[in-house]
Amino acid sequence: MEVKLFGAWSSPFVRRVEWALKIKGIKYEYIEEDLYNKSPSLLTYSPINKQVPVLLHDGKPIIESMVIIEYIDDTWKQKPLLPIDPYQRSMARFWSQYVEDKFYESVKRAFFTEGEEQKAAVESAVEALKPLEQELKGKKFFCGEEIGFVDLVAGWIAHWLEVVEEVLCIKVVDPENFPSLCAWMKNFVEVPVIKENLPARDQMPGFYRMLRQSGLASCDGK
Amino acid sequence: MATAAEKEGVVLLDFWVSPFGQRCRIALAEKGVEYEYKEENLSDKSPLLLKMNPIHKKIPVLIHHGKPICESLVIVQYIDEVWSNNPLLPSDPYERAKARFWADFVDKKVYECGTRLWKLKGEAHEEARKDMIEILKLLEGELGDKKYFGGETFGFVDVAVAPFTAWFYTYETCGKFSVDEECPKLAAWAKRCKERESVSKSVHDPHKVYEFVGKLKKKFGLE
Repeated sequence: MEVKLFGAWSSPFVRRVEWALKIKGIKYEYIEEDLYNKSPSLLTYSPINKQVPVLLHDGKPIIESMVIIEYIDDTWKQKPLLPIDPYQRSMARFWSQYVEDKFYESVKRAFFTEGEEQKAAVESAVEALKPLEQELKGKKFFCGEEIGFVDLVAGWIAHWLEVVEEVLCIKVVDPENFPSLCAWMKNFVEVPVIKENLPARDQMPGFYRMLRQSGLASCDGK
Repeated sequence: MATAAEKEGVVLLDFWVSPFGQRCRIALAEKGVEYEYKEENLSDKSPLLLKMNPIHKKIPVLIHHGKPICESLVIVQYIDEVWSNNPLLPSDPYERAKARFWADFVDKKVYECGTRLWKLKGEAHEEARKDMIEILKLLEGELGDKKYFGGETFGFVDVAVAPFTAWFYTYETCGKFSVDEECPKLAAWAKRCKERESVSKSVHDPHKVYEFVGKLKKKFGLE
């Protein structure tokens, strides 16, 4: 039962899959991809999106990080990441989608734009955090005392967002306005499986500065 | 005496032409679940909708014994998990992952591209046209020679895509292409879907959708 993961060191989407694998204690082979020179394997396994992460289980590829995490949860039953109750599961899926569609997309827009467009994207991101702050009030993690699906999907906020803020010279998570979110961020990165699996903080600003420059230069913003 | 709908405790807040709402109607019909349908006026949203979906303020919202579930694919999965007859998602984890990928693909691509197709002009319209044909061809590639996306049985991806079949006529007319010609297998699948009661009762006539888009175009000053 062979498990391989195609990834990139800086990608939060890859890390969330790694966190899921490590929480479940699943052994896997990690293959680092050069995203500027993608391997023929990656292009074969992910022909539409051509992106990491790709999980290969007994030769079968699974793509899209949230789909991969649900696959991991469906296949290996120990340490469930999604709640058992259907209503709680639907809330977990709703919040994961929310973080991805509303918050992440605004931050991404801010990252690849300038001027007024960037300003509007940052405002949008801050607005998008308010329901998350509400949802976290009185909770250690999104679904209780242990980290789960939503925490893994939102996890990039606890480590990558600070780098984005540094590169863009902006502040999105103000501790005064988002105390519950800040507490969650601290708790999340202290979880051993997470703490031991984060990209080196000092290597990130340089990488992300380059990424932003190439994004702006291509006028793509995608 | 409580009605069947009242006993099930299921209410669906929806808008007649919404393909996202229709996914929920199809899923409920496939499971034989009685529910109360509430049509929303999107220019004057009800206090119930605003209370049940305060974050997005959008339809569809499924309310089950007073608890709201939002986002159409989240709702369909909830329906599949609560009512276990006629499963929509396959039991094999790999097949489930493939189904989730394709449903997510439809969510990210079809509606957005379709909107660009009827809204934009010139080069942007041409790009939307090319994108739409590519999206439909990718879907057809996944369908292959299968009866449904789910194989022999109507499944999760079929539920996700079926409502958009009513929009094919609008896309074809705005984009000046033919789904029959570009994607004959997908076109044949669309016909098979229409023969299912769950789809024919939930999805509207393509000309009604085209009329609706025409009204939107006027509203946006695009005619």
